[in-house]
Amino acid sequence: MSDVTETESAPIADTVDNPVSGIDQTAGNFSYKVDYEFDAGTGLSEKTVRYISTVKKEAPWILEFRLNALKQFLAKPMPTHWATKDLENINFDKIRYYLSSGQKPKRTWEEVPDDIKKTFERLGVPEHERKFLAGVEAQFDSEAAYSNIKDIVSKQGVIFVNSTEGLREHPELFRKFFGKVIPTGDNKFSALNSAVFSGGSFIYVPKGVKVAQPLQAYFRINAENFGQFERTLIIADEGAEVTYMEGCTAPKFSTSTLHSAVVELVALKGAKIQYITVQNWANNVFNLVTKRGVAHEEAEIKWIDCNIGSRLTMKYPGVVLKGRKARGEVISIALANDGQHQDTGAKMIHAADETTSNIVAKSISVGQGRSTYRGVVHIPKHLKGCKNNTECDALLINSNSRTDTYPAITVRGERNSVQHEASVSKVSEEQIFYMQQRGLTEGQAMSLSVNGFINDLARQFPMEYSVELKRLIDLEMEGSVG
Amino acid sequence: MSQLEIKDLHVSIGEKQIVKGLSLTVRSGEVHAIMGPNGTGKSTLAKAVAGHPSYTITSGDVLLDGKSVLPMQPDERARAGLFLAFQYPSEIPGVSIANFLRAAVQARLGEGEELDATGYYKRLYSKMDLLQIDRKFTSRAINDGFSGGEKKRCEILQMAMLEPKFALMDETDSGLDIDALRIVADGVNALRSTNLGVLMITHYQRLLGYIVPDHVHVMWDGRIVKSGDKSLALELEAKGYDWVKNELIPA
Repeated sequence: MSDVTETESAPIADTVDNPVSGIDQTAGNFSYKVDYEFDAGTGLSEKTVRYISTVKKEAPWILEFRLNALKQFLAKPMPTHWATKDLENINFDKIRYYLSSGQKPKRTWEEVPDDIKKTFERLGVPEHERKFLAGVEAQFDSEAAYSNIKDIVSKQGVIFVNSTEGLREHPELFRKFFGKVIPTGDNKFSALNSAVFSGGSFIYVPKGVKVAQPLQAYFRINAENFGQFERTLIIADEGAEVTYMEGCTAPKFSTSTLHSAVVELVALKGAKIQYITVQNWANNVFNLVTKRGVAHEEAEIKWIDCNIGSRLTMKYPGVVLKGRKARGEVISIALANDGQHQDTGAKMIHAADETTSNIVAKSISVGQGRSTYRGVVHIPKHLKGCKNNTECDALLINSNSRTDTYPAITVRGERNSVQHEASVSKVSEEQIFYMQQRGLTEGQAMSLSVNGFINDLARQFPMEYSVELKRLIDLEMEGSVG
Repeated sequence: MSQLEIKDLHVSIGEKQIVKGLSLTVRSGEVHAIMGPNGTGKSTLAKAVAGHPSYTITSGDVLLDGKSVLPMQPDERARAGLFLAFQYPSEIPGVSIANFLRAAVQARLGEGEELDATGYYKRLYSKMDLLQIDRKFTSRAINDGFSGGEKKRCEILQMAMLEPKFALMDETDSGLDIDALRIVADGVNALRSTNLGVLMITHYQRLLGYIVPDHVHVMWDGRIVKSGDKSLALELEAKGYDWVKNELIPA
């Protein structure tokens, strides 16, 4: 391990075999050769953690935080007693934990190095920024290459920086909330993230400020055998409102890649946070993410979570309904194609009276793809006037698909109400034939069925994202026709 | 002028032979009716011509303007100009009629060609006016919760929009009350033109009172046993299928 390591050139995606055949994820499937200035080498040890902290010139408390997290990570077993054994295929010794070309993101696209800029241009990030975003952070492997917020928004006092910068520039604010929603030891992967985190967003929206346009982060994995561990913290002060969107892609490599983020949201009294994810990782990515928000009195947190890609996704966005009349919502869409397992769901922890939560989860399993829904709804006995609505719908396309539902609903007390509905439906051969008879190819027909299945949810998305989601589904279904 | 030629067609489902050597030629502008009792292979014929994967063509051929459609996928046959109005159209939850038809029209455009949305809706609305269909209809999900009559009107609207060379209409009259039947028949009559050939499959004569065929064929046990003009339908109505069984089937 040295301060400056020239990495081997990233393979050009087109020449790398896709480990899972028949799936088209062309949107993000390309990579450019990048010379990384900073490289923590391969494998995870105390040295790796110290290297990351040193490169980032962090305060001593952060290094302490990281080292403690590393201990917890190493001590915790894999959660294979309830989760898939596929987790055992992650080789932590073969992963590269930190790769960057510098720690300071550029404020204009002109300053971003060409090879990295090309990547984001191909993904349409600068174009979207011009059209409809209030701010963008574009993370390339470990660090943000670009970060900018429109003047009009920053003048309102909104802070939108990456986590490295947030820790450096706003330590008192950051430290107050950091690791409080999701403690280091929450699970093995939150501990891992806490040890080696880099990048992600830090957002603070001051009292009463309503950010009209969304803030967006784009997470891009470029290098092979890489682990991306961004850390996001969003604080909406009293009465504030913000929408944050994240997009994720990576090229296809023949070896596996790890993405393990931690996202913490804090909505103070009367605040609203909407967090939208469209994940389209390549099919070699283990996507193991912990996401949770705390909603104070009359606050609202809404997660919209779309998982299209990855080899294995385990993600259960949660809301702790801490203040009276707080509201939490999870809208989840998961598409599991051949060779993919989408293990997703939601957690709603009611901790105050008159809190309400809503979960709508739709999963699509294609071919050998597997989807699992896990939900937790917890309403303790002493509360009153709490409500939960849970809806899980699964769509199966062809008979090999597998879907499982594990709802865990604990509702105590007599003054709370809960409603749970689940359905499983199938796209039949007759439906496909009907659509083909109108001139649609088999792939187009399947894609249309899938889009119809999620239509009522997709309509809740900002226009640009529902278009993007539809496009991803089209690509995915086109490629799944055998 | 187009021509759909069915030549000595044999179709099976699994091991069971259903259509046993059927020949028929339909030209643009003609309306043919195939009549026959249940289980005689009428619907099998329609689905096999359209390319349904559960039906195996064991011998014979289907030619569209001289070219065999048998090597073609169902969607290729559709784009080549074959339309099947289903007896039991599938429901596609969440997909509106307008969006579905738009996708179907888009599928007929060349690579890189973009659908002109304004022109599309203009055409859609003019077809709906022609068929006396309410504007609100097309925002509903395809066949989802439709009555029997609505399903059939939805089929006719799709036929109007996709402008096929040949329409195979499978038991279009089944499950319709007399008012619904009249509406659907009016729709088909409105679409009759020199550019369209129609093959109507029906169990009952009553549909033929509304859509008057140029040719009538009686089907029995996988074959056509008698062909004639529209008077054959009346004769069949008067004498019943026993007449076919007793007099038309060679012993």
